[in-house]
Amino acid sequence: MKRERRVKQKRRREKRTGHPAERKFVNILIGGEAGQGLQTVGSIFAKSLVRSGFSIYATQTYESRVRGGHNTFSIRVGPEKVLAGQEAIDILIALDEETIDLHQKELTKSGLIIGDGEWKRKGKNWIGLPLKEFGEKTYWNTACMGVAAGLIGLDEQVVAKAIEDTFGKERSKENWKVLEASYHWLKEQSLDWEKLADIPRPAKRLVMNAHEAVALGAISAGLKFCAFYPMSPSTSIAQALIDRAKDMDLVIEQAEDEIAAINMAIGASYAGAPSMVPTSGGGFGLMVEAVSLAAITETPVVIVIGQRSGPATGLATRTEQRELGFVLNAGHGEFPRAVFAPGTIEECFHLTRKAFELAEKYQGPMFVLTDHFFADSYRDIKPMDVSKLSFVRPQGDPSSVKTPYLRYRITRNGISPRLLPGLSKHLVVADSHEHTENGHLTENLSVRPKMVDKRLRKGDGIRSEAIPPNFQGDRKADVLLISWGSTKGAAEEAAIQLRSRKKRVATLHFSQVWPMVPDQFVKHLEQSKRVICVESNATGQLAQLIRKETGFFIGKRISRYDGLSITPQYILSRL
Amino acid sequence: MVDTKDYGEYKTAWCPGCGNFPLLKAVKQALVKRGLEPHQVLFIAGIGQAAKAPHYLNANLFNGLHGRCLPVATGAKLVNPDLVVIAESGDGCMYSEGGNHFLAAIRRNVDITLLAHNNQVYGLTKGQASPTSDEGFTTKAQPEGVALAPFNPLAVAIAMHAGFVARGYVGLEDHLVDVLVQAIGHRGLSLVDILQPCVSFNRVNTYQWYKDRCKPLPSSYDPTDWEAAIRFSQQWGDEIPVGVIYRNERPPFEDHFSALRKGPLVGQELERGRLAKIIETYT
Repeated sequence: MKRERRVKQKRRREKRTGHPAERKFVNILIGGEAGQGLQTVGSIFAKSLVRSGFSIYATQTYESRVRGGHNTFSIRVGPEKVLAGQEAIDILIALDEETIDLHQKELTKSGLIIGDGEWKRKGKNWIGLPLKEFGEKTYWNTACMGVAAGLIGLDEQVVAKAIEDTFGKERSKENWKVLEASYHWLKEQSLDWEKLADIPRPAKRLVMNAHEAVALGAISAGLKFCAFYPMSPSTSIAQALIDRAKDMDLVIEQAEDEIAAINMAIGASYAGAPSMVPTSGGGFGLMVEAVSLAAITETPVVIVIGQRSGPATGLATRTEQRELGFVLNAGHGEFPRAVFAPGTIEECFHLTRKAFELAEKYQGPMFVLTDHFFADSYRDIKPMDVSKLSFVRPQGDPSSVKTPYLRYRITRNGISPRLLPGLSKHLVVADSHEHTENGHLTENLSVRPKMVDKRLRKGDGIRSEAIPPNFQGDRKADVLLISWGSTKGAAEEAAIQLRSRKKRVATLHFSQVWPMVPDQFVKHLEQSKRVICVESNATGQLAQLIRKETGFFIGKRISRYDGLSITPQYILSRL
Repeated sequence: MVDTKDYGEYKTAWCPGCGNFPLLKAVKQALVKRGLEPHQVLFIAGIGQAAKAPHYLNANLFNGLHGRCLPVATGAKLVNPDLVVIAESGDGCMYSEGGNHFLAAIRRNVDITLLAHNNQVYGLTKGQASPTSDEGFTTKAQPEGVALAPFNPLAVAIAMHAGFVARGYVGLEDHLVDVLVQAIGHRGLSLVDILQPCVSFNRVNTYQWYKDRCKPLPSSYDPTDWEAAIRFSQQWGDEIPVGVIYRNERPPFEDHFSALRKGPLVGQELERGRLAKIIETYT
């Protein structure tokens, strides 16, 4: 009886207000020019939401410029795990008038627009703020955020604290005044907007983006050295490391070019520091010769490639999953490698760690692929406990090696004893030429195949550690959605929505794309009626790889290469 | 006591009479004079006949790619400043393929000794012009003579206030050893451009040609006088000055890193407690 009454009440209320009473997810988009502080207020907003117990998925878009243009910061928020962003907007925060013209069509039926009252716009969804009364223009972004935060029911004190944690006490004072004014103003309005349900005891969560997670994962794995040349979107990895360099005793160096960056990392690694280079496709193009160097000298190095639109400069600040084929084949000569493509923020942390472990164990180049969209995507995650995590210590035991020390001793698993130069009387000789076991160059053609085989044998070990793709859903699905890297959440949410429509759907996500082990997943391809590969590129690079490795032809692909990320709606509208 | 015998004698892939032989000998002598044992020294080599030199002595060695020995040396030195790091390669590797790294290494002033074997010609690729070939020098690849102005490594390095800039000649053995000893001892980037004939592909700049021209700087010469150094670096004709042309006391690059004040980066443990605190800031 009680339940029936509640449902009836809810229906009545929905009829009256014109929007559903329980908002499971709300999508907020902040739009404006570069330089208007979108990212700052966006992250304060995101932080406040997470501290209030909500789950978020925040994404950004921006143009390749310093000021002006049109940029967005959107936050999808809900009481439970948010898997992906979405296009439809519930609250549009317009820091400039152009934002309204550009995004009005994406508003939901009950969606609201918050902006400057002086724009004199009309319509029942328009909330024009008397911004001049709130404070100086610099703080209008805070004012708009404050009204939106109040609308969805965030506690003002939580927002004030997030402001303080961002700016420090002194610089927060003006922001606090404006925030207070905006909350006060909102109270005086009779705006009917269903607030997000209260979450009584919020668990402690972190707000982190993919590249911060990569950087922290790397530090936790023992990273001591990083060299880079600035390039979107991967500069943020180096920056996150630079910000921690003093506290964590790291050496992070901006190199003169990408060629120098990776060669420095190889030198650093040879001398004993776990090393990483973050870059993007173009920068990686310059690094390719040195990938081969790391392989033949058997020097550990982790290479992170934040993918963006190409070829060449392409769309410098837009996303794409274009480098899978490139990274799989990069570097002249034949040698083993592993390629990770984390699909969640947590995986960014853990798979970067895994890349460091493999690089050290198998002594060679290992790869992590992210992309522009992912780099700028924030999500709430469970705090990682670093107190028990292992880390890489590249210090072989000089007393345990046979004399004379042979850097490239031929072993059954291909892994030779690695010592570090200068730490013992043993001489460590590494060479880019084909070499004998002692590391010196040779043109002895009977040595050559032995060395090639030795290096390739390490591939068996790498393959034996390959992480199987993640399968979720019906074993005999009508539709199987395959994805890799950052499209994981979008594919999974699309599947959830399809299941709610009684469709038998499954997902198969590759967080490690190489080595690919068909036995781990081929049955899923064969058991599903329709297999669809979802990728942010034009040619279906994962689909091609699957065909090459398994013979299985994936006829249907959902591809996106307009520079924007794949969303659940994008997938659903193309099925 | 360390002895040149500790550095070994090896069969080489060089032509008989190659200028690399006396150079290799001088390097071994300089290391011994500095009292360095093989395991304390790390050579970083590029590609070419010159870059093979460190294979023919006992020491740690990373033989990398053509043109890229300076960034490798920089990375290694930053991780373990206790190592005596010597980047060794030819004029093509150091000044052409690695030109950008050459400029950056001077700017960084990492404590590396840069040995550039300068024979003004490409040997291993069989006789093309090098960045230091004189104008008009004819080769199979430049049949009408080199039209590019020669790269002057010393003038460039001095103009950029490099920490230590010297020229040696393999025919003046004791003098070369003395220059090398000073270069290895200098804290900061020390460039030693070493003139050495290529007996197979350079019929112009021969032993006799260099012998007639190379003159040690007078003992009154003050290498801290930058303007004089610039003047001397321009001399390339009937007389070619050899010796330490310029030096200054700019602190080496590795002194700038707080992480290195506790000692070498290699072997430093991860401070998990500090990392946990950093992670806290993401709440």
